[in-house]
Amino acid sequence: MSDASHDHGSRNERPEPSVDRRSLLISTGLTAMAAVSASVAGAAPGFVERLLRERFTELSPQRKAEILDQLELEYSQRYGREVSVENTPPMDGVEFAYGLDIARCVGCRRCVYACVHENNQSRDPQIHWIRVLRMEKEHGIELAESTAYYEPAKVPEPDAFYLPVACQQCRHPACVKVCPVKATWKDADGIVVIDYDWCIGCRCCMSACPYGARHFNWSEPAIPSEEINPKTHYLGNRPRPKGVVEKCTFCLHRTREGRYPACVEICPVGARKFGNLLDESSEMRYLLREKRVFVLKEELNTQPRFYYFYAT
Amino acid sequence: MLKDIVSFVVGSARLAFRGGRLYYAWLTVLGLLVVWGGSAWWRQVTEGLIATNMRDQVSWAYYIGNFTFMVGVAAAAVLLVIPAYIYNWKPIKEIAIFGELLAISAIIMCMLFVLVDVGRPDRVWHMMPFVGSLNLPSSILGWDVLVLNLYLLLNLVIVVHLLYTAYHKRPYNSRFVVPLLLFSIPAAVGIHTVTAFVYAGVAARPYWNSAILAPRFLASAFCSGPAIMLILFQILRRTTKIEIKDEAIWKIAELMAYAMFLNLFLFGAEIFREYYSDTHHLIHTQYLFSGVHGHRALVPFAWASLACSVVAFLLFLFPATRRNLVTLNLGCLLIYTGVYIEKGIALVIPGMTPDTLGEFYEYVPTLTEVRIGAAIGSIGFIIFTVLCKIAIPILQESEEPADPERVQAEAA
Repeated sequence: MSDASHDHGSRNERPEPSVDRRSLLISTGLTAMAAVSASVAGAAPGFVERLLRERFTELSPQRKAEILDQLELEYSQRYGREVSVENTPPMDGVEFAYGLDIARCVGCRRCVYACVHENNQSRDPQIHWIRVLRMEKEHGIELAESTAYYEPAKVPEPDAFYLPVACQQCRHPACVKVCPVKATWKDADGIVVIDYDWCIGCRCCMSACPYGARHFNWSEPAIPSEEINPKTHYLGNRPRPKGVVEKCTFCLHRTREGRYPACVEICPVGARKFGNLLDESSEMRYLLREKRVFVLKEELNTQPRFYYFYAT
Repeated sequence: MLKDIVSFVVGSARLAFRGGRLYYAWLTVLGLLVVWGGSAWWRQVTEGLIATNMRDQVSWAYYIGNFTFMVGVAAAAVLLVIPAYIYNWKPIKEIAIFGELLAISAIIMCMLFVLVDVGRPDRVWHMMPFVGSLNLPSSILGWDVLVLNLYLLLNLVIVVHLLYTAYHKRPYNSRFVVPLLLFSIPAAVGIHTVTAFVYAGVAARPYWNSAILAPRFLASAFCSGPAIMLILFQILRRTTKIEIKDEAIWKIAELMAYAMFLNLFLFGAEIFREYYSDTHHLIHTQYLFSGVHGHRALVPFAWASLACSVVAFLLFLFPATRRNLVTLNLGCLLIYTGVYIEKGIALVIPGMTPDTLGEFYEYVPTLTEVRIGAAIGSIGFIIFTVLCKIAIPILQESEEPADPERVQAEAA
């Protein structure tokens, strides 16, 4: 029930009646208190407004636009170059899915770092949305025997194969179910997104995720100005504040405009596939039809949109 | 009416400030601990949760463990309310209010532990019903917020009503307060069940994903809460004029023996399932009890907890040792230690070690976390001390002349 309401609610531009009551409560009750504390603490202007801001998805289109402008200004000042923040909605008739050919992956981790750059992950401490696990050939896919910390002179290693793991964009996302404040939801194109300005950082979703796909900003994320990707999305790769959770969004700032995710583009061996499940002629549909695919931890009934396969 | 309320508030405040040297020394020590831990918290707020040793692999730890333990302590009230108001057993009825005072202190500590654990304490209002966007019915943490607040409110109303009427030397309104007391029993069961469900509902963590987690929570809570209670009773008996009968203490100790038996039995059932079926899921239990790949940080704690619980069970099982104040107090300390480790360390951390992709990150708390924990513990003690300081004289003064009246009221 809550999933469905999110899917549509996120694009519902009409304010609900409850919003008025909520704004009233907030503005009367909390503004005075916060204003006093902010003036005492000598906080920057906008602090109070930000503290009391409502959930982005429930705001009017004008208010959303204002906030996007504000964010653009803030990021542009912080990184010394023009940063755009879009809120591109899901495309109609599109449900994304991902395919990964384990037979091809050589474990080079170019995807990991392409993702870090594309999606403005923190460089210090490092956050990686993609984790490449090195598996022993003799064990097969066995997480308990895998490691993400392999450092050979050359990949691929003869006795190993590699399993990259990122957000599986589940159809039954356990992370969305447990969030106490509806800060994360499944959009209409199947991408599970997070509102970084609404997340309270309780990390229930990180407990609930079976794939270790969610990452927390344990400190203020640090990105060198010259490395910032200035093309950003509100629900995707815009710079995150400290104390909130983030994860892979299938590069929605690119894919909602018809481009491939950065990891698909960078992969030197073509192990990564991406496409629209609703389009019969898409690469993903071909893959599901012609190859034998599997998903990780199918017994948990998360129903991932992320399919693994062996092409050979 | 208004005059009565004002005089109650002023009178209570006066009682809170009227204390001997020992009282003020105690509060000063606690206050210093709050300052010591508070400064650590301020550092954590400015730097972020990087000040803790939690990381993506072990993303809940010391704070959430303490939260879980304190939810258990808040149950203490129920073990007093049941004999007092269901079985109408007078020796416990006289002291049941201390269980509620402890529950109030414990719930406030729970909320503080959650507050220091979240990454954005400035946004906790997002969890407020109507004002924020509480994700009901699907989020168990959302339900936990509701039941914890309800339980706090319930105990506050009961305590304020009892003290307010006693202050004005009137009998309490049993038609108002007894239903609330009875309702506090399922409410206490509720806070445990819902807190257990926060863990048990997580399919990604097989160590938590167990149907007997909620019963285990209840069983261990009915040991740890009363263990603190019994020690506090003896302190109160010495430092104040309040009378607490030995039979009340023995009865509570007997109930604790049953609870401890259940706790150990359920633990044994879980251990059997894990080791006999010997699946991949066993690795979390192995990490706890024997260590895996040289990661052994929790092993001494796990065995210490088990030893404490078994010895305490034996001490409470035999009437001779549970009626001897020395062995009784030893048993209480052992139970407290055993359950604190079980809920604070051995539940949360092994559930996340190894993480969902098989990685071992060995967590031990930082000094920052321990300091913040000490500050929250001290806040809890300050609240409990001051509440007792107010409650005891009010109850005693009303007891002496008004006793026949009160008996009449209860009969009616």
